[in-house]
Amino acid sequence: MSATFVGMPAFPEAAREALADSQLRYNLAHATGTIRDKRAKVVAEVDDWEDLRVAGAAVKETALRDLERHLVRLEETLTANGATVHWARDAAEANAIVAAIAKDHAAEEVVKVKSMVTQEIGLNEALAEEGIAAWETDLAELIVQLGDDLPSHILVPAIHRNRAEIREIFMSKMAAAGRPAPDDLSDEPAVLAAAAREHLREKFLRAKVGVSGANFAVAESGTLVVVESEGNGRMCLTLPEVLVSVVGIEKVVSRWEELDPLLRLLPRSSTGERMNPYTSTWSGVTPGDGPQEVHVVLLDNGRTRALADEVGRQALRCIRCSACLNVCPVYERTGGHAYGSVYPGPIGAILNPLLKGVGHDDQVDSLPYASSLCGACFEVCPVRIDIPAVLVDQRAQVVDAHRNGVPKPEAAAMKGAAYVFGRSSRLAGLERLTGIGLGLARRVGIAAWTGARDLPDTPKESFRAWWRRTDGGRRKEHGDD
Amino acid sequence: MTEARSEILAGVRAALAGVDPAPAAPTVPGVSLTPADAVAKFAERVADYRAVVERCGAAELADRVAAALPEGSVIVPEGLSVQVPDAVVDDGTLTATDLDRIAAVVTEARVGIAETGTIVLDHGPGQGRRIISLVPDTHVCIVHEHQVVADVPDAVADLDPARPLTWISGPSATSDIELDRVEGVHGPRNLHVIVVAG
Repeated sequence: MSATFVGMPAFPEAAREALADSQLRYNLAHATGTIRDKRAKVVAEVDDWEDLRVAGAAVKETALRDLERHLVRLEETLTANGATVHWARDAAEANAIVAAIAKDHAAEEVVKVKSMVTQEIGLNEALAEEGIAAWETDLAELIVQLGDDLPSHILVPAIHRNRAEIREIFMSKMAAAGRPAPDDLSDEPAVLAAAAREHLREKFLRAKVGVSGANFAVAESGTLVVVESEGNGRMCLTLPEVLVSVVGIEKVVSRWEELDPLLRLLPRSSTGERMNPYTSTWSGVTPGDGPQEVHVVLLDNGRTRALADEVGRQALRCIRCSACLNVCPVYERTGGHAYGSVYPGPIGAILNPLLKGVGHDDQVDSLPYASSLCGACFEVCPVRIDIPAVLVDQRAQVVDAHRNGVPKPEAAAMKGAAYVFGRSSRLAGLERLTGIGLGLARRVGIAAWTGARDLPDTPKESFRAWWRRTDGGRRKEHGDD
Repeated sequence: MTEARSEILAGVRAALAGVDPAPAAPTVPGVSLTPADAVAKFAERVADYRAVVERCGAAELADRVAAALPEGSVIVPEGLSVQVPDAVVDDGTLTATDLDRIAAVVTEARVGIAETGTIVLDHGPGQGRRIISLVPDTHVCIVHEHQVVADVPDAVADLDPARPLTWISGPSATSDIELDRVEGVHGPRNLHVIVVAG
């Protein structure tokens, strides 16, 4: 699969292209509208939803603030349960570990549970370079993989595709990857899902190595948790002889009981269900049941950088429910590809700069601005990540990172404003020129600004002039003064 | 690898230097229900997922199980409390390919959760290896009324994390195509839950 987010343009450019795609906007509006309604309905069923959010946020926050102890404990318990623990500082290290395990078992292919973290590190591409085929087994991920496409949503990565497009992808691409689609394939979702079942079943049955992420990792019991719908997760976690799970270090919670608020918050926030069809938990190796060789790769890849960010740290609480995407007016219109990352939407707009750092890459630096700051994302976040506050802080960090280079037009304008506002006489002098200035601006064109905003009409007189003329409104504006 | 370990842990330590611990997470009790209400809600919510749900007395159980089974072969785990005629008893040797030729499986459960319509298997006696309740296309699951708890926190408190657990809420499902829910992708396409009195 050659599709990659590397080299994507900055958000404004990518968004402009997406906005011009009316099919995409229709698909997105339908999908996000549907899922918003479903979520609202099941959230309203829970009387103490706000208390649950507070509890969910606290479980993740306490774990994050004592992360070293929990990671060491997790390693101990996993090892005691018969798992092998690996540590990876970055994507390359994690990919090399997974490839080495597959090679140890002479596996030419692996079956994968849908996982954001393996996409983040580009595992499929890295395995392909080693001659190992990584098969995505989640229906949406299969659609993305077969279509040589990129995911555009955290929960439903093929949300930008409609049924006709999916049928076309299956007809033209399934044969090259294994069992072909039946000739009489219709575009009914049930028929398409059945074709995916047939296509993937033979891969499940012969797979030696399964690869997953984890939704949660419990330090005290060494338990990993995967939450899913289709049963492809259960297949990958149960059938192969060897299981490798790549787990971001922020996934840890302290105690088993602490899964409770998270398991109540996640499905309702994510798919709008009371509970997802399948949740699997396992603690290392169970003799006679499931994979008898279990590996866990604990991954940093920028998480310690994010952890050090006082305001941004809270983004590591994210449980990848994707509720923030579905309520975001910006996401709804641009779709996920415009964010240039496997983490799109409001959470992606803060997570990417936090993980990668700002000031090095225009694409990353553009993301904190990919928001209207309306606050809807914070309202729905099940772990109360104050995304708007982090966005504002990230914007400041982007500006700071560019302070010593060639100033951007906004920076120059702000500097000019600071000079003018610094002394009242300068402001008074400039006010007389407002009309000329605005007129000039219209003539020379400030399209980058006015493309999305209105330029105000020129006032007839300045506030100061009005005050002098009317004594602050005490004299009548017209007539006998 | 030890280098990666020490570097990551040092990174975590440096990132959190001087940061106060967060206050402990409050617990939030789930809904509370009388046992009878819990069983009624459980049956209603499992059915909401388009699973088949029926309730019966202990004496009728064997007949109800037999009636729930489709044509074809059936596998049961060791220790199942009900006799299923002609069933293969799993001895731990059948492979995934063998199981793919079996039409149905009958298991018991460890816990039923009323609020979410969930059954939880901990793969002890009467439930079997994870694979047997995964590959066959029909899963008939027996839940005893006394096993039904009101909400998720009750279940979490009751379960042992050392055991592998499978939480099942309805049959396999996907909403990946235009968010239309479709039952039956990779797991069992049919879930038949029999709630037994007592």
